Amino acid sequence: MKPRTVDKIATGIIMAVAGFIILLLAGFLSYIIIRGFGHISFDFLTSPPQTFREGGGIGPQLFNSLFLLVLTMIITIPLGLGAGIYMSEYAKPGRLTDFIRLTVEVLSSFPSIVVGLFGLLVFVNVFEFGFSLFSGALALTVFNLPLMVRITEQGLRSVPREQKEASLALGISKWKTITSVMLPMAVPVILTGTILASGRVFGEAAALLFTAGMSSPRLDFTNWNPLDPTSPLNPFRPAETLAVHIWKINSEGVAPDAREIAAGASAVLVMTVLSFNLIARWLGRMVYRKFTSSR
Amino acid sequence: MKKSLMFVMSIVLVFTLAACGGNNGGTAGGNNSTNGTNEGAGTNTNTGAGNEGTDAAADLSGSYLATGSSALQPLVDQAAQMFMEKNSGVTIQVQGGGSGTGLAQVSEGQANIGNSDVFAEEKLDADKAAELKDHQVAVVAMAAVVNPEVTVDNLTKQQLVDIFTGTITNWSEVGGADQKIVIVNRPASSGTRATFEKYALGTKAEDLQGMIQEDSSGTVKKLVGETPGAIGYLALSYLDDTVKTVKYEGVEATEENVANGTYPVWAYEHMYTKGEPDAALQAFLDYMVSDEVQNGVVVELGYIPVSKMQITRDIDGNVTNK
Amino acid sequence: MARSVEREKRSKHLVEEWVGRVYTLICVGLLVLTIFSMVYFVASKGLSTFFRDGVNPIDLFTGVKWAPESEPPLFGALPFIVGSFSTSILAALIAAPLGFCAAVFIVELMPKFGRKVLQPVIELLAGIPSVVYGFVGLSVIVPFFRDIFPGQGLGLAAGGVVLSIMILPTITTIATDALAALPSGLKEGSYALGSTRWQTIYRIVLPTTLPALLTGIVLGIARAFGEALAVQMVIGNAPHIPRSLFESASTLTSAITLSMGNTIMGTAHNNALWTLALILLTMTFVFVFIVRWLERRSKV
Repeated sequence: MKPRTVDKIATGIIMAVAGFIILLLAGFLSYIIIRGFGHISFDFLTSPPQTFREGGGIGPQLFNSLFLLVLTMIITIPLGLGAGIYMSEYAKPGRLTDFIRLTVEVLSSFPSIVVGLFGLLVFVNVFEFGFSLFSGALALTVFNLPLMVRITEQGLRSVPREQKEASLALGISKWKTITSVMLPMAVPVILTGTILASGRVFGEAAALLFTAGMSSPRLDFTNWNPLDPTSPLNPFRPAETLAVHIWKINSEGVAPDAREIAAGASAVLVMTVLSFNLIARWLGRMVYRKFTSSR
Repeated sequence: MKKSLMFVMSIVLVFTLAACGGNNGGTAGGNNSTNGTNEGAGTNTNTGAGNEGTDAAADLSGSYLATGSSALQPLVDQAAQMFMEKNSGVTIQVQGGGSGTGLAQVSEGQANIGNSDVFAEEKLDADKAAELKDHQVAVVAMAAVVNPEVTVDNLTKQQLVDIFTGTITNWSEVGGADQKIVIVNRPASSGTRATFEKYALGTKAEDLQGMIQEDSSGTVKKLVGETPGAIGYLALSYLDDTVKTVKYEGVEATEENVANGTYPVWAYEHMYTKGEPDAALQAFLDYMVSDEVQNGVVVELGYIPVSKMQITRDIDGNVTNK
Repeated sequence: MARSVEREKRSKHLVEEWVGRVYTLICVGLLVLTIFSMVYFVASKGLSTFFRDGVNPIDLFTGVKWAPESEPPLFGALPFIVGSFSTSILAALIAAPLGFCAAVFIVELMPKFGRKVLQPVIELLAGIPSVVYGFVGLSVIVPFFRDIFPGQGLGLAAGGVVLSIMILPTITTIATDALAALPSGLKEGSYALGSTRWQTIYRIVLPTTLPALLTGIVLGIARAFGEALAVQMVIGNAPHIPRSLFESASTLTSAITLSMGNTIMGTAHNNALWTLALILLTMTFVFVFIVRWLERRSKV
């Protein structure tokens, strides 16, 4: 066969595969969204689930997912920033730094089920936090932290060296340089990365089955005292997130409309994660433009 | 930037401190009735007004945790919410996690109630099980179910044993069409499987090559309903037209047949406490067996009320008439 | 006066510097502590199967019968190990060519459309929760396989297909980066010599980017290996080594999720599940080392 013919065939195959992937993805996404979209309503998004009657919603689960995300980020961001700053600014090349880098890499590739089991053993049983939002947030921190470290490192690396050196030359201390010159400049990269990481936290279920629990106790949305057990803000109550809820009603749902609820909840979950992605992209592009046009 | 960092850190610190405070109360022991986080006892306004089966004069308060069987969870959860509406000083949290988790946690004092599908003696060591007090709150019956296209509608005990141990592999051997039998079983650790093996088969089932194992009733129902030639077993509450229920030794799985003892495949739903429960917990457990719950939520969820049972059965399977 | 101001300033700097150093060091310390405690706790639980319950490690790794509740209990974990490896390798076999084609499409064939549409959409896949994959797998792929292949639809094949969609983003992203990072002189030289596009891709691009492509594949396998819920929903969970791709099987993760809640901490059955978790943990280390080795080779 002539090379030219082979080239045409190969190009055709690659085009076909790419087309197949696009069709597959489009089908996949629209399957989830179209199936569930009809079930989504304001009532569905706000009302509590029903165990055995029709018409249950996902209100508390949606709130739990968001609240857990906030809690996780409150713990992850300061730790991740700190460790990221150390890795990119303070760490001297050597065995120790290599070792820490390896740790970050291993930690980020641990299966989430193992992280969940570790959470069950340590946070739930040893520290006796019980099945709670707090245990869940700590477990999510474990596998979100390495991501955050990497994002921070990337962000700090993106800062031009001149900026950093100018600041140091002015006699400003290294720490001050990092926090008031470099970090603000790294914000776009860090922010985008953080939002993408949030999407991952939002959809995680395996690590939460054994840490945040699979039940959602009665919540009183008028009670905002974080110490009261029925308050939605109490971090020490068990909480079922949206992803866990889908897992549960798929497997144990007794409500007659369980399948529609699962479809609706899946659509909500996917759309939320998609919007996280889109916001991150949009934000990244906007900040990038602002930086490049003003400078 | 530094300020916001410090701010975030201090929030973390506050949460951590709150964690320690909250937990000292919550996990102190088996009979803790008040918890550091529960300050609501004094503002209890409507005790006694609608307290059937409880001591109307008692000013009940406390914060409790019930964990365990995910099958029992909806029932306890619903009853707990109704109970809490009547006794605003009491907070009861209900969690799943499986019978094993529930029994272990109540035995170690991490939970006040352990919900279980099986007797504690079947999961825990004898000395640990002896410390626990059994409260039987409902009866759950199970039936063998098959794909709607399977023509067989009755199976004997021996036929079931043969199917679940792999001796019979084709429906034609038990009077059906010439079709391969697909078994949808539960994992070896499942309480539902333990009940089915004990009362329907009388022996252990085999984990056969090619069989499907699912822990959750919803998935079992879906798979049995969709897969040609499938057989599985479900609690009565899960039955509907997507699967076909078969008779056991010619007896139909109905509430009356369970209650009068002719249909043997059923188990108690247990709520275990470590030692004697305190007043508020006792009130809740009494409420669980009151007519309001037994004829209400219990029936609605597809369980059989304990009060309806004309017989009792102990852990060894000895049946006595009430 | 001036000197004291100077000194004050310097000491303030010193304090600041120390606060920064200590704070970041604590953060890193926590990170390292986490991983050590993780290995310690999982190992102490997982190893007690051998030390306390007296299970022979050789029996566990080579035994084919998993019957933890029988008398005497048998803990043969080989079916799970085989299941985990075969599903994740199958997933990689499906996803790797797809990912490579997508990367070629994005970088070489239609960069504009590829970068603007295909790449973002594939990356979106990475954000979709695994529960949703399992849900779609159970309601679409399983019935589909049941209709066209012998068997019940559940099995290694269904697990592999669901996982391949999940790891497609990982493989595609890394392949795209590798292709894009190729020096353009290399390709132009090849074109200048009269090679067609396919010849260039096949003879120049593929060999030079191979280590990076392999890194992507190994990372994909690592992710597939640790995935729990989606796999458990579609694989069937029979504790046996399957005889065909369409027969019910189990993986390490599906065995853990299936039984963890039903067993009691400290019992032999529960400890055996922790041993499975320990195997998962160890495999993570192995995968990370393979990736590092490949990365070192691609740098040379």
